[in-house]
Order: sequence, then C-alpha cells, then structure tokens
Amino acid sequence: MKYDIIIIGGGLSGLTAGLRLQKAGRKTAIISAGQNALHFASGSFSVLGDGVTLPEEHPYRRLPMERYLDEVKPFFAEAGILLGGDPHVNGWRLTPSGSFLQGRFSLEETRLFSTPGELSARKALIVNIPGFLDFNTAFLADGLAQRGIETRIGNLDVEDLTRLRTSPSEMRSVNIARVADTVPHKIIGGVKALLSDEDLVILPQVFGIHDGTIPAQIAAEIPAGVLFVGTMPPSVPGIRTQMKLKRAYESSGGTFLMGDEAVAPVMDTTRVKALRTVNLGEHLLQADQYVLATGSFFSKGLASSMQKVYEPLFGLDVRFPEERTDWYDLDFFAPQAFGGFGVVTDGTFRAVKDGNVIENLYAAGSVLAGCYSQQLGCGGGIAILTAFAVADNILEAARR
Amino acid sequence: MNEEFDVIIIGGGITGAGTARDCAMRGLKVLLIERNDIADGATGRNHGLLHSGARYAVTDRESATECIEENMILRKIARHCVDETDGFFITLPEDDLAYQAKFVESCRAAGIRADIVDPKEAIALEPSVNPDLIGAVRVPDGSVDPFRLCSSNIMDAKLHGAKVLLYTEVTAFIIEQGVVKGVTVLDHKNGGRAEYRASVTVNAAGIWGHNIAALAGVNVGMFPAKGALLIFAHRVNGIVINRCRKPANADILVPGDTVCVIGTTSTRVPFEECDHMQVTPEEVDILLTEGAKLAPSLSHTRILRAYAGVRPLVSADNDPTGRNISRGIVCLDHETRDGLKGFITITGGKLMTYRLMAEQATDLVCRKLGVDKHCETAFTPLPGSEGGNLEEVSKSLWSNPLTLHKALVGRTGTRAAKVSLQQKEDQALVCECEEVTVGEVKAAVERLDVHNLVDLRRRTRVGMGTCQGGLCALRAAGILGEAQKCTAKAKDDLRQFLRERWKGMYPIAWGDTLRECEYMEWVYTQVLGLQKKEVK
Repeated sequence: MKYDIIIIGGGLSGLTAGLRLQKAGRKTAIISAGQNALHFASGSFSVLGDGVTLPEEHPYRRLPMERYLDEVKPFFAEAGILLGGDPHVNGWRLTPSGSFLQGRFSLEETRLFSTPGELSARKALIVNIPGFLDFNTAFLADGLAQRGIETRIGNLDVEDLTRLRTSPSEMRSVNIARVADTVPHKIIGGVKALLSDEDLVILPQVFGIHDGTIPAQIAAEIPAGVLFVGTMPPSVPGIRTQMKLKRAYESSGGTFLMGDEAVAPVMDTTRVKALRTVNLGEHLLQADQYVLATGSFFSKGLASSMQKVYEPLFGLDVRFPEERTDWYDLDFFAPQAFGGFGVVTDGTFRAVKDGNVIENLYAAGSVLAGCYSQQLGCGGGIAILTAFAVADNILEAARR
Repeated sequence: MNEEFDVIIIGGGITGAGTARDCAMRGLKVLLIERNDIADGATGRNHGLLHSGARYAVTDRESATECIEENMILRKIARHCVDETDGFFITLPEDDLAYQAKFVESCRAAGIRADIVDPKEAIALEPSVNPDLIGAVRVPDGSVDPFRLCSSNIMDAKLHGAKVLLYTEVTAFIIEQGVVKGVTVLDHKNGGRAEYRASVTVNAAGIWGHNIAALAGVNVGMFPAKGALLIFAHRVNGIVINRCRKPANADILVPGDTVCVIGTTSTRVPFEECDHMQVTPEEVDILLTEGAKLAPSLSHTRILRAYAGVRPLVSADNDPTGRNISRGIVCLDHETRDGLKGFITITGGKLMTYRLMAEQATDLVCRKLGVDKHCETAFTPLPGSEGGNLEEVSKSLWSNPLTLHKALVGRTGTRAAKVSLQQKEDQALVCECEEVTVGEVKAAVERLDVHNLVDLRRRTRVGMGTCQGGLCALRAAGILGEAQKCTAKAKDDLRQFLRERWKGMYPIAWGDTLRECEYMEWVYTQVLGLQKKEVK
C-alpha cells in the first residue's frame, strides 16, 4: 500500500498532523497502537506556563508560534470540537484537588477562568456519585473553602448508577458516562432534587462520552451555575476529543489503522523506504514521507534500559545524560530531567539517526527532545503546534 | 498525664510487638511506644524470608538451630502470615560443589531437613531457577509477611490489654536514684508531651536502640549495616532460591504474595543515615547481576521498587572495636551490666527469632517483677491464625468475587469474616493490583491504628502492586480523609505517600518504571493538580 505520508501514532499530535495533511489534499494513513495521552487529559490543553524561559532546544523555537495559536480554535472547530480560552493568554482550570492550574485551550465543558478569583459563588453544591472514588469531593470542597466559598457535598441518587456498583471495579469515569448518557433526564432530576440554596453546582466530567452536547444539556436544565471538573483517568472529554478527531480524519479520507503497531522499518542511512506493521505482516506500507508521533515514555515513543534512553522503532538519536542518576530528581514534586529527553531533529523537525538527517522522517509531539512538558506547562501545545509545523514543513518541502 | 504500667516497651517493630504480646499474655500491664508506625524499620525492610536456618548452618550453628525451631513454631501460630514454599540452595558452575556436602551435614546436625535434589528435578520443581545449576538442596525455607506478622502481634497485645502509642517518641528517661521509672514522650500527632511510668522499661528499638540506650545513659555498641533489596512485579519463583555457598551479596530470592524479592547487600553506614536510607545505583547493579544468576528471567522482569533496611548488629560486650560481632540474640540487663535498675535492652537477632527474643526479654521482665508465669507464645496462635480453617473462612465469603475474597483471606486470615463486605460500597475496589476493597480499608482504619496512607499500605497492601499507587492512592486518601474528618491532612498524606513511593522508584527509573514515573507525575501533579505546596 502506498501513501503520500504515513503517520505513526494516533494521539493528539498524530491526528492533528494527519488531519492537516488530508485537508491539504494528501493521502495519508495513521498507524495507531491504541490508548494515547488524550485518555489521560486534564480537561484543557496547556501551551506554556507564565514566566517560564524556553530552553534553547525547545521545539517552539522552530515554529511560528503566534500564528499557529490563532489557527488552533478554527482547526478544532472544523472537527466539531469547541475549544474555549484566549489563544494568547493563559486561563486557570479548577482541578479535582481544588487547586487552580494554568491552561490555554479548554475542552468543551471544561471552563478556564481569567484568574482563580473569577470563580465566585455564594455557596456551591458539589455532586458526589456514591462509590465513584476517582473524584474526591472532599478535596474539592477543601480547595474551595480556602477561597472562601462555602460548599455542601450532596450524593446523587440515580438508580441506574447504583446498579453499576454491583461489580467491584465498575465505578470508573467511562463506565459511569456510558450509563449516565442514556438517562440525562434522571441526572438532571437527581441534581435538581439535591439543590437547595446553592448558586453553583459542581459535577464530575463523566457525561457525554460520545455526545459532547450532553454536559451543556445538563447545565441548561439546572437552575444554578454549573461547573464541570475533571476526574482521575480515564478522561471522558479527552476520549471524546480523540474520537471526534479520528472521525474528522477519516471523513477527510484518511486511513486510520486501529490497533496496529509499526515494526521493522526498511531504511538506508538517509531515507525510510517502507514500514511493516504487526497486523499487515509481510505486506509493506510505503510513503514518500513519514511522521513519528509516538509520544514519550508512557506512550512508548521513548524507551529506556539501565544504560540508555532510546527511540524503539527507528533507533533515532536521542538526547539524554549518560549517568542514570542525572535522569531524575530525588523529590517527586521537583522538575524531572527525563521530561527533556527525546529524539533529536533538525530545523524542520526531521529526525536524526547516527548523526545523519533522515530526509523523509519527521517527528512531532512529545517524542521530541527538549519539551519538558510538565515543567514548562506546554504538553498540549507541543502536540498540536509541532504537528502543524511538521505538516507545513512536509507541504513546503514538496513545493520546493 | 500520668499513668502507671508494669512495663514500657520502646519500639513497634517485630521485637517490640512480640514482647508486648508476650508481656500482656503473662498478665502485665503493658505500654508500647513507637516513634513512627509499626514495622517501619528493619521489620518492614527485609526479604520476608522464613529462614529454615540453613543459611547459617555452616557458619553459626546456634542461629541455625534457633531459626529452625522458630520456623516450625511460626508455621503454627502465624500460618496466615506464612507461605510454606520450601527453599533450594543451588550450586552454580562457579561455586564449589564440595561445599554442598558440608552444608547438608551441617543442616542435619542443626536439625534442619536437607535433601539433595537432582538438578533436573530442581528445574522441574522450580522452572525459574538458573538451568546451569550443578547441585540443589531442598530445605524448609518459606516466606513470611512481616507487616502482617507485626500487626497481628500488636493486635493480640491489645486484645490482652496492652496500650499502644504510635507516632510517639521517647524524648527522655525518668531516672530516680539509679532506677529507670519511666519515660517522657512527644506525641508527633498533636505535639503534646506526656510522662509514663513503669517498673521496667524495655528497649526494643532495633538500630535506634543505640540512641535509646544513650538517652538512658548506658552504652550499647551497635553497628548499622544497610541491606538493599529489589522487589519484582511478578512472583517469578514459587520456591525460595539461595546460593549454596558462604553467605554473600544478593544470594536469596524470596517469593511473597504476588511479587518476589532479591537481596541483600551489606554496607556499614553511619547512624545519621539510618532515617534516610537511599538505594544507590551500584547496589541496584549488584542485586540485578547476582539475582539473574539465581533466576535468569529476573534480568527482563519488571522491577517494582528498591528499598533498604538497617540490621541492628551488636558488638560483643567488652569489645569496643566492634570486630567481634554477635549475630545472635542479645538481651542485656542494665542492672547487672551498668548498675541501672529497671531497664533492659533486647536486640540483635532477626525477624525469624523475634518470638524467642520476646520470650527472653519477657522472662527477664517477669523475674524483675517477681511474676511467675510461663511463656505461651510458642503454641498460642496469633489473631488471624486461631481456630477454624482458612478454606472454610474463604468459603463463608463465597458471595464475593473469587479473587477478591482469596486476597482478603490471604491478608487477614480467619479474621476475614470481620471485614464488612455486606454493603455494595464496601465491595468497591480501591486497589486493583492487590484487590483491596473499601471494606478492608475501612476495617484497617477503624481497628489497626492507621494514621496515614503509608500506614495503610503496611496494613492492607494498598499501593504495593504494579501501579505503585498510581491508580489507587487518591481513592485511599479519600476514604482515609473521610474517616479522619480532615481533608487538609489527607492531601498532605497523599503528597507524603507519593514521595515515599518515589523514593523506591527513582533508583530503578528505567523501562516500565520510568513509564510509570512519567504517568504518576502527570496524573497527580497536572490532572489532579496536587502541587508541592498549595498555589494560592
């Protein structure tokens, strides 16, 4: 099978690159092994924390950041994903522990405040789903109390959800959403019954796994302000976003090879010639250009042994310190050096192997070196903006 | 606060717990004081090996005999803490096979069953063993859960009337006319200070007993010996694997619950380091290289955690150089030794001989108090191992999912029926790796002196599995916060728990562990938004 471009990785970065290339009229395929970082999303995409200095090797230094930021919302809107937030100014997201963290683009029902102080309420009702332990309502109440907001925790009593509890491991966000989405009127009724004098209702993000309008429907029916707050993984808005992006990509003519894994590339010192995948066996996948969007360690885009950090598919050059003790900080909450490990690329994000630029292999997203996503608060931006850049660089190279 | 006791025991490790139980069973009014949590020192930081004594048979006959006797006793009184796996002592091509004959002869002389097994048969019985072995001897080793064992001793001491104070530190001794009359303490939970008086005070503080003795003005020459270990994510072996040679680094692989443990190294460390043990990359390298010689599959098995404990080695009295170290039980009567009445130290020994150590200490306490009661701990089962058959208890919980009630009975023995699983909410799983339910967590919080998440892990195994708390820590923090009615503390607990897990992960932060590190960092600091300190 022959494509113009093959993208390895079906997460936020791979899908963004794929969709942008399809829109430019290219024939592409995405090889996706399965879960990706969107399943663990926080509810908003961060672009860059306030007051941080970009390291010299940071990918943002090689792309037109301001222009791309303006393109993000329209790009996602075309895929049916409504992002909130000011593209150039950080907002604040209320986390499930009751703290506020910065974010730039909010996912649908998630809200970003211009300052933590913008969240104001006389009294808030925090809706607890009994048995759902991945949303700690007491933590949230404690955080709000510190901001002077009085809260009350109310238990949502909906029979359909109670039935879920017969199995000891069923009370997880996605399972709750699957059930709740079939009976939104009961959820609304249950919340209304709980509401007394509160002017704000806080609900966990466990609604609308397929249909992103459900949270809005619920909010519209409740006679108080409604704020949806994230849960521990899996992330319902994250999974919904991934499914919408995939659908948009496929509707634009892209081929999404679900549950397949790229293995054994055929390449010489400067070019990738073909890829094998687990499912297609000896059947080779060929393309003019390839994009590596496999993520960092958790997504297995990067791997490590006792001696080294490596890129497991192509064996690309990876930047990391030699001494293992330099890979981490002894304090869990301190910035971790491994956040900067990744594949080395040239000015147009083409990957490097044994010191040679691979002319038709680009890298996008958190597999790149120098991201420090958690430390700099740039995870979402790295995924989206480098995907834009890689797609544009591929198109630009073809024009020349 | 002033309260009178017959005996105060300092230290909530296995020695202190066992001594508290023995004293309480002999009718004494007991107070146990522990600076942190139970099993926080060497008790919770070892292999969890139920020694047959074979390891010491050649070099230390006395220890070997003590071990095999206690081994047989623990199988009866603590069967819910013991896994009767048996053990192999294997000879590899680089070892001297002639040692095997001497080893077997020494074992038999010490009363330890030792059967030479053909290497092929050994491989059939334990497929993970190094296939290059040239000899194998089967001995009655096993594994023992030290947390459960310590917790059961504490529970039984309390059932016999003992009072237990955790997170309470002895700050000074009350000494009047050359007699120890009691102690003053600092309660770390609330900053309060108190005095407790007793006729006899027992120093059972392990390596920290050195400082306790110094507080009382006497010198016990101790030498902290650090031992590092690694836990693997799978139970690679079903039978304990040892090297048949003189004891050396990383030559014991012990299966325990769902995991296995390789260890140890042995390094002298200064006293200041005892509270802040860190496993070094060099120790990890030694453990992995030597471990793979016992079971080659260890080289590609995921490592869950690295940890280290400190053995309380005691120099023989009158030998200030410390060259003449006794590995046996040391029970010091400071009245005859130092002229300080009402104070004894019980130290040395090992996890395996804790009951015997407790018996010797309690005998001495009773002599001082003029109490004429015999020790009954050698035949009285611990809570969880008393009457009834574990399978029957397991069957009585039949309505719950099979793996769930097996896990519960495994952890709590015959006490499993006391954990409430009637309510649906109690059946919900907190920890999916180790199958710990809400009901079990609640029972532990209510009855087992749990003050924070790390304590909870020691009682229930929450967060000990492959995710190392990545999935369950928040759930457990929620239940604990609710029970203690303090959310701010629950958040701090969660931070402390994550730091504590991290300490065991960074020395092995490569491969799957590095993946897990990245995930934990993301989920807890970014998704949950738990920062180092609250951002105002």
